[in-house]
Amino acid sequence: MNNEIILRLVNISKAFDGTKALDNINLYIRRNEFVTLLGPSGCGKTTTLRIIGGFEEADEGDLLFEGQRINVLPAYKRKVNTVFQRYALFPHMNVFENIAFGLKIKKMDKRVIEEKVNNMLRLVNLEGFSKRSVDSLSGGQQQRVAIARALVNEPEVLLLDEPLGALDLKLRKEMQLELKKIQKSLGITFIYVTHDQEEALTMSDTIVVMNNGRIQQIGTPQDIYNEPKNAFVADFIGESNIIDGTMNEDYKVTFLGRQFDCVDKGFMPNEPVDVVVRPEDIKVRPQSEGMLVGKVISVTFKGVHYEMKIEGLNGAGYVLTVHSTLMAEEGSVVGLSIDPFDIHIMKKGLKA
Amino acid sequence: MKQYRWLAYPYAVWMIIFIVVPLMLVLFFSVTAKAPDGSIVLTLENFKKFWEPMYINVLIRSVLLAVYSTVICLVLGYPLALILAGRDFKRKNILVMLAVIPMWMNFLLRTYSWMTLLEKNGTINAFFGTLERLAATYLNMELTLPRVNILYTETAVILGMVYNFLPFMILPIYSVVSKLDRSLIEAAQDLGGNNLVVFKRVIFPLSLPGVLSGITMVFMPAVTTFVISRLLGGAQFMLIGNLIERQFLFSNDWGFGSALSIIMLLLILLSMGFMSRYEKENSGGGLW
Repeated sequence: MNNEIILRLVNISKAFDGTKALDNINLYIRRNEFVTLLGPSGCGKTTTLRIIGGFEEADEGDLLFEGQRINVLPAYKRKVNTVFQRYALFPHMNVFENIAFGLKIKKMDKRVIEEKVNNMLRLVNLEGFSKRSVDSLSGGQQQRVAIARALVNEPEVLLLDEPLGALDLKLRKEMQLELKKIQKSLGITFIYVTHDQEEALTMSDTIVVMNNGRIQQIGTPQDIYNEPKNAFVADFIGESNIIDGTMNEDYKVTFLGRQFDCVDKGFMPNEPVDVVVRPEDIKVRPQSEGMLVGKVISVTFKGVHYEMKIEGLNGAGYVLTVHSTLMAEEGSVVGLSIDPFDIHIMKKGLKA
Repeated sequence: MKQYRWLAYPYAVWMIIFIVVPLMLVLFFSVTAKAPDGSIVLTLENFKKFWEPMYINVLIRSVLLAVYSTVICLVLGYPLALILAGRDFKRKNILVMLAVIPMWMNFLLRTYSWMTLLEKNGTINAFFGTLERLAATYLNMELTLPRVNILYTETAVILGMVYNFLPFMILPIYSVVSKLDRSLIEAAQDLGGNNLVVFKRVIFPLSLPGVLSGITMVFMPAVTTFVISRLLGGAQFMLIGNLIERQFLFSNDWGFGSALSIIMLLLILLSMGFMSRYEKENSGGGLW
């Protein structure tokens, strides 16, 4: 990845029928970067993508492509191609004609078109499918055609709108890796929209977490997961325990009726904060060794781990979600411990 | 579902009594004749009778007029259907209503009103006359407006057909185009297609099933109509529908009338079969 900025969104806002869909979005995207817009449905991620693609126009703000303002440039003139949510393959054309669509519009030589389409078919593992009708393909195959149809035009930026949403889990995981591989080998900028946090963590160079038309956090997958900026991000990226706490002084925080060491600083003395602890970061110990003592109220087997709900016994009235590969008996009393670097402190009121 | 099968019985009975039996009767009449001694004999005489230039000409004229009016309906209806299927909501409902409202009025009434409009001393000519007189009186101007003189001509018949059958062209096209997945259009734009390309390569090919059902739904009633041709075409303007009507009502030649009906039926079946084959090649649902 280099540092050249290819696309920049400056103060972009957009409303539909008076409802704000995007509120002052600022974002830049570097060449060859894999950027994921992540958020729950209705957060504005698809609208952002459609503005970049040229299917919606921003009410306010500027969209800059290689430094040029392209707010009103029609979609067909943009050096951007899209893989649509439901693929949007042309039903009256076969696989070859679908992929060749963009090239034929550019009036390319027939032999060049054929060569390019065949290269694409090879890239997406669909050799020998060129004469097939798109209706006869499985979801995964249709998805590949849609990707090939967009990529064959050698776009500067490829937009993908939840492209794997309709596939089953196993196929989705395969396609995730395959997409990442394609992105790396072709060196194209990908802007990827999804509501699936795991997908975002797996594929992205940069994740943009959105909610209610606003950007909540921009960062690498590691940043987003380990250092969520607010309770929304913490909650959306993986499961979290979000607990009310008080920051006594630098590196000291009180929550669940006990003071813990932590690695955060720079808060006012006794400032109320949100404390985020990932379920897998809470360790189950014998009762005597725990920093906290709790009673196991439910145990669910999740495959890789057990998910336990543990109720605190010191009268603070909280229930923690704990993930552990070891199972504690339901009804038993256990000790819990949390390492200082697993305690994430966030300012209150950033719940978005 | 099986226990509800009896619900279909009344419909089956209805079909047999009012569709299958009459069809059989028509077929029966077309291939039989009454011998002088009163017995009924099998004969192809009725079909042979049709092979006369006079009758063949009637058929050709019927088909030609139906083709003309179908083409005109398509030319007028297609753009309108596209506009209706467009995104502008408020105006859209009014336009759809305007396209459909004539269908709520009695067919005969509509056709009679065209007579009144087109007559030599009809509404249109009277209006032009009034304009001329007004111009002469108040503006001192010699105004000569043309007179509409098309009642009882081919033009009037085509006009009547187009007017009456246009909604049958608009509605199927409208319903296909309005159900068109918008993301297909966006995909075509995304891949570099300007509006013309998007229309030529995506919207038009995908609207073909609607066009085909529209054509069928206009052509079929147009080729068999006898009311429009009698009212607007006058006595001398005989179409196949009038010819059939005449056999039953005036000439009392049920055999020949039935034979004509069978010929018409085969013609329509043939064109429908042709259409449906074409439609299948294009994949997509339609009327048939």
